[in-house]
Amino acid sequence: MTVSNPLPPGEESLAQDMELEAEGALVAQDAQAPWFARLPLVSHLRRSVGLQRAMLVVGLALTAALLLTALLAPIIAPYSFSATSADGQDFGTQLPLGSPGHLLGTTVSGFDVLSRVIWGTRTAVAVMACAVVASLFIGVLLGLVSGYVGGWLDRILVMLADAVYAFPSLLLAIVMSIVISGGQSSAWGGILAAAISITVVFVPQYFRVIRAEVVRLKAEPFVEAAKVVGTGHGRIMGTHLLRNATRTLPLIFTLNSSEAILTLAALGFLGFGIEPTSAAEWGYDLNRAMSDATSGIWWTGLFPGLAIVLSVLGVTLVGESINDLNDPRLRTRRPARRRSGSVTAATAATSATAAASSPAAKEARA
Amino acid sequence: MSSPTTTAEAPTAPTARRGRRAGGGLGRYILVRFALIIPTVWILMTVVFFLMRITGDPITAALGGRLTPDQLAERRAAAGYDRPLLVQYLDYLGSVLRGDFGTTYTDNTPVATVLATYGAATAELVVYSVIVALVVGVPLGMVAARFRDRWPDAVLRVGAILGYATPVFFVGLLLKLVFSVQLGWLPVAGRISSRGELTMGRITNPSPSYLLDAIRLGDGGLIVDVLTHAVLPAVALGLLTGGIFLRLVRTNLIGTLEMPYVDSARSRGVSEVRLATRHALRPALIPIVTVMGMQIAMMLGGAVLTETTFEWKGLGYMLAQYMQARDYVAVQGIVMMLAVIVAVSNFIVDVIAALIDPRVRY
Repeated sequence: MTVSNPLPPGEESLAQDMELEAEGALVAQDAQAPWFARLPLVSHLRRSVGLQRAMLVVGLALTAALLLTALLAPIIAPYSFSATSADGQDFGTQLPLGSPGHLLGTTVSGFDVLSRVIWGTRTAVAVMACAVVASLFIGVLLGLVSGYVGGWLDRILVMLADAVYAFPSLLLAIVMSIVISGGQSSAWGGILAAAISITVVFVPQYFRVIRAEVVRLKAEPFVEAAKVVGTGHGRIMGTHLLRNATRTLPLIFTLNSSEAILTLAALGFLGFGIEPTSAAEWGYDLNRAMSDATSGIWWTGLFPGLAIVLSVLGVTLVGESINDLNDPRLRTRRPARRRSGSVTAATAATSATAAASSPAAKEARA
Repeated sequence: MSSPTTTAEAPTAPTARRGRRAGGGLGRYILVRFALIIPTVWILMTVVFFLMRITGDPITAALGGRLTPDQLAERRAAAGYDRPLLVQYLDYLGSVLRGDFGTTYTDNTPVATVLATYGAATAELVVYSVIVALVVGVPLGMVAARFRDRWPDAVLRVGAILGYATPVFFVGLLLKLVFSVQLGWLPVAGRISSRGELTMGRITNPSPSYLLDAIRLGDGGLIVDVLTHAVLPAVALGLLTGGIFLRLVRTNLIGTLEMPYVDSARSRGVSEVRLATRHALRPALIPIVTVMGMQIAMMLGGAVLTETTFEWKGLGYMLAQYMQARDYVAVQGIVMMLAVIVAVSNFIVDVIAALIDPRVRY
């Protein structure tokens, strides 16, 4: 699936074979396990050791906390995200930490910090889900068609994707948010605007991965065999190619989820996000907190910021661990007595291209 | 898995292969690669132009509620925004080719002047940040690789992920809170103090860099002033990239440290430090060069946020200002400028990668 690998073809396929062999051994090992243990995350958890397991567990816990908070926001949050008064009484602005009724104080506009941090999870999760699902759908579809059909359509799409990919993603998201919402908008309007802005940035990533894989698979004998027996193009694309080309998607999926939160926050910080009265958004809150900082008021900025960090951290740790566990060269080696033969073989295949699979490459565009 | 060189090389792959058939060398590769900048920039220019025009013309956007509909129509006709979109597009392409990016609406300055004035500040910030990133990323990556799977590695890797998970503007806020507000060591924002700016006004032909000017004036206090203002923004932006360098150095160094030639050097009695810093490090640095290209794109995105956080008056800060004012001519100009910078830096990085590693050329 590598678009251009600096390794000569022979060496690359050797490394790939070894990797597949190791993968096969793991699958076989997993095959004896009960069904629940073969689920993606569970099997990863079973395979992990030491630090890698700790990272995966922390990541899963943080992600679960994010999702739960988003789900239960109306119950947990003491006030509404846009409330500046309760029972006809104003909260007061810039109340310090631990004020009665306002555990984390209030902002310069008189919002309750804790409530806005909690409600912010909803916005983040909504944008994350919309953006990732939309870009997954569009990107995979385009990649599949482009790779399978080939010709001028392929060339134009690749060129477009490359141009968009090379562009600073935040700038693109800014341009898109201007186009979609003219800058500011209502709750769902704003969430959709942010999600679409982020989608435009992500589509090329899915497109590239799927297209490269489809181009490789297209030459495989089983695709040719399907053609010979008269299978339709739609079925070949849907069954023969798509099912085989989606191996790396979970990783891009998690990396994009974390990037979506960061992009949403960045848009909000620059003032192109969602109106504070339509939804709580951490980036906007941080923007407003910047001026507080100079006068020593730290709690209005610290907590929304921490919320961003923890959410992104959770999702990233999950993606990171999955990547490391899927890649035999990066998987932490078990102590010798527990190490299986094929894993050792794969470790021996370590080469300078180990970096090629580093998530940093994808992350590099954050 | 996609290689770190993917972005940079993908568009060149077909042409590079053609080059091999023709027995092309480095010169041909560079030419072909250079020619590929043009379609990239052209596509981006077209996409940005049409996207921005979907929302309406710049005059309505900038002056919308402030003028009567008649006045608006008059201004639009004068600026030619009532013509068909395609005609406007061709007109725009023509003027860009002549180096004319239009004039801003809010402060009536040629966009080219804006780019020249503020571009230098952004360049300065990016250079400082790359230095911070290299100083932080490379040695720590070496430490992490050397102590693979032991506690220094664990701490550094978690640190690198934290660095990625923390938005630049939050890092900026924390740095400000600690070093400017609490400790009072460093200035809160800006590129130079207002007193320094007055001193700087004495210089007759100012260079783009404040630091160079300060050195030219030979004023020690001024140099310190300029440098202290740069510390926090450079650290905020540099840490982000530093984390990525750290991980890259680590993964690559782990790869090269297991190579047979390193073993053979070890058996000849080469010290562990020298092994890590000389023998294994050099080949491990090649991917970093290619990733640098992508980093430029990311850093420019990060620069918009960092500059806004620290009121560092560069292109990113101005971009945010112009966007708030809905001055889309200026926004378009700055976005185009950044796209060109990214395309050119990707080209330079590709050439460097080809010089270091002949296999890249195929």
